[in-house]
Amino acid sequence: MSDMTLESQHSQPIAQRRIGLVFMLRQDPFAFAAVVVLVLFALLAVLGPTLLGDIATSMNLRARNAPPFELERGFWYLLGADALGRPILARVILATRTTLLIAGAAVLLSMVVGSVLGLIAGYRGGFLGDAILRLTDIVMSFPSLLLALVVLYVFDPAITNVIIVLAITRVPIYLRTVRAEVMEIRSRMFVTSARVTGAGPVRLIGKHILPMVFPTIVTIMTLDFAFVMLAEASLSFLGLGVQAPNVTWGVMVAEGRNYLSSAWWLSFWPGLAIALVTMSLNLVSNWVRMVIDPVQRWRLEGKGEK
Amino acid sequence: MARHFAKRALWSAISLFALVVAVFFMSRMTGSPADLYLPLDAPTEMRVQFEHLHGFDRPVYEQFFSFLGDLLRFDFGMSLRQGLPAIDLVLQALPTTLLLAFYSITIALVVAVVTGALAAWRPNSIFDRIATVLSLIGASLPNFWVAIIGVIVFAVTLRWVPTSGTGSVAQWVLPIAVLALRPAGLIVQVARSSMISVLSSAYVKTARAKGAPSRRILFVHALRNGMLPVITVAGDQAAGIINGAVIVETIFGFPGVGKLMIDSINYRDFAVIQAGVMVTAIAIFLMNVLIDLAYLGLDPRTREEMV
Repeated sequence: MSDMTLESQHSQPIAQRRIGLVFMLRQDPFAFAAVVVLVLFALLAVLGPTLLGDIATSMNLRARNAPPFELERGFWYLLGADALGRPILARVILATRTTLLIAGAAVLLSMVVGSVLGLIAGYRGGFLGDAILRLTDIVMSFPSLLLALVVLYVFDPAITNVIIVLAITRVPIYLRTVRAEVMEIRSRMFVTSARVTGAGPVRLIGKHILPMVFPTIVTIMTLDFAFVMLAEASLSFLGLGVQAPNVTWGVMVAEGRNYLSSAWWLSFWPGLAIALVTMSLNLVSNWVRMVIDPVQRWRLEGKGEK
Repeated sequence: MARHFAKRALWSAISLFALVVAVFFMSRMTGSPADLYLPLDAPTEMRVQFEHLHGFDRPVYEQFFSFLGDLLRFDFGMSLRQGLPAIDLVLQALPTTLLLAFYSITIALVVAVVTGALAAWRPNSIFDRIATVLSLIGASLPNFWVAIIGVIVFAVTLRWVPTSGTGSVAQWVLPIAVLALRPAGLIVQVARSSMISVLSSAYVKTARAKGAPSRRILFVHALRNGMLPVITVAGDQAAGIINGAVIVETIFGFPGVGKLMIDSINYRDFAVIQAGVMVTAIAIFLMNVLIDLAYLGLDPRTREEMV
């Protein structure tokens, strides 16, 4: 019986499964819109700085704090201009790359470090496992923003330092999840039988345990990308994040803070960009969780079968 | 159970100590505060005198041990900026932050649990869909951005509330609303999914079969079990709400611990930074104990595990 199902799953062509995924995505308009938004911002991050670098940094003192939705200065002034007369639309696009780069790098770094430590803690257990777990308790028991502020005050807030600090505060999430999953998977029958047939720890982890943990890690990463983006923006907002001439959306919101009562658009648009991306990430991660969870998957696999 | 708490307390003490050591050495690495407090053209003798007066000329390990000794007496030294004991400044600011955090998390919990439970009562209904979308938006918005928009709309344009300060009740409305938004969004999602699974369990069906009123089933029978994951998430959010408090206090000019820490970091005020870190860490430790106790009250199974 189990042979049958195994075979039928196996013989299903990969192309068909992909079509299935796209089909399921089209069934959920919110998730579909979210993916479109994310792809759009990814394109802006890749192309933006090359295409718009000059427009976004050229000052125009006659356009200082120019209000939005006035097209006489040209298309790039659609969202208004900042205190130095630089077009906000172009600057938001320019900042996309740095913003996404910092968040992406921090997520990758914390994922790798957290997963490796979690694998060790879950696989070995014992005193080492305990010690690793307690180490994360220290990081988790303290407000991450205060921790990052203190660290970034001591070391200068270069982009690499911001990435490292953000990554450190997120390591515990991966570590705890991976550890818990590994401990559960380690005691399952298929791992035991692999061990009995002579598989070493490297093979056991790489071939049998890691593939089982991976979907969970991916789900956490999409959610965490949103969280790290918000954290970076908060740091920049408080003046201890990325420094000029580098610009992120958080920096732009902070720059506009002094002109709140006279020129709201300085802070509004970059904040809206942050909100759009984090919202899309949350939607996509909800959708991914549903796709992975067999109990809820029917909701996406065609409407007639309810 | 006493052993469980003793073990937890021991680990927390070790964590606290590690935090203190880390913060002490890091804050000493930023360079001499003399550069910050004395005028640029101050003569060398004045600098030497200043450093000697505050003990910055002694070797670092000596400074650390005398600091540890003082720590046991809760003496963090004097604030360089204000000339008052650092711990006094922190304790003075603490009630504002605690009140802000308490109101926010309470309002978030009540609103979110009721919304989540009602949404779970009829999954996929109009109410459920609206609640899901709104909670997602609430959980995703950057809080400093929400705060700024709140100031523009309600304080600058409509003039319903003042922009900053803590004098009147009206001044608390915006900060609490901003701070409660993100936890509320997250808790609605957790409460909804937890209640959906509880509502389909056998004992709820029994209650329904014997004719208990819907309101009683939802808020008495099901809620008690549905609350467990909610409390875990609310506890995680409590540390997050301190993060949010730093931002909200800065924007709204609230004299809380968050604003004090930011100001102290900007003025390189070592003593206040350390006192602030310690007091925050202790507050969070106490809150974790409270969450453990709440778990004990709600789920008798955990009592056996902890013995």
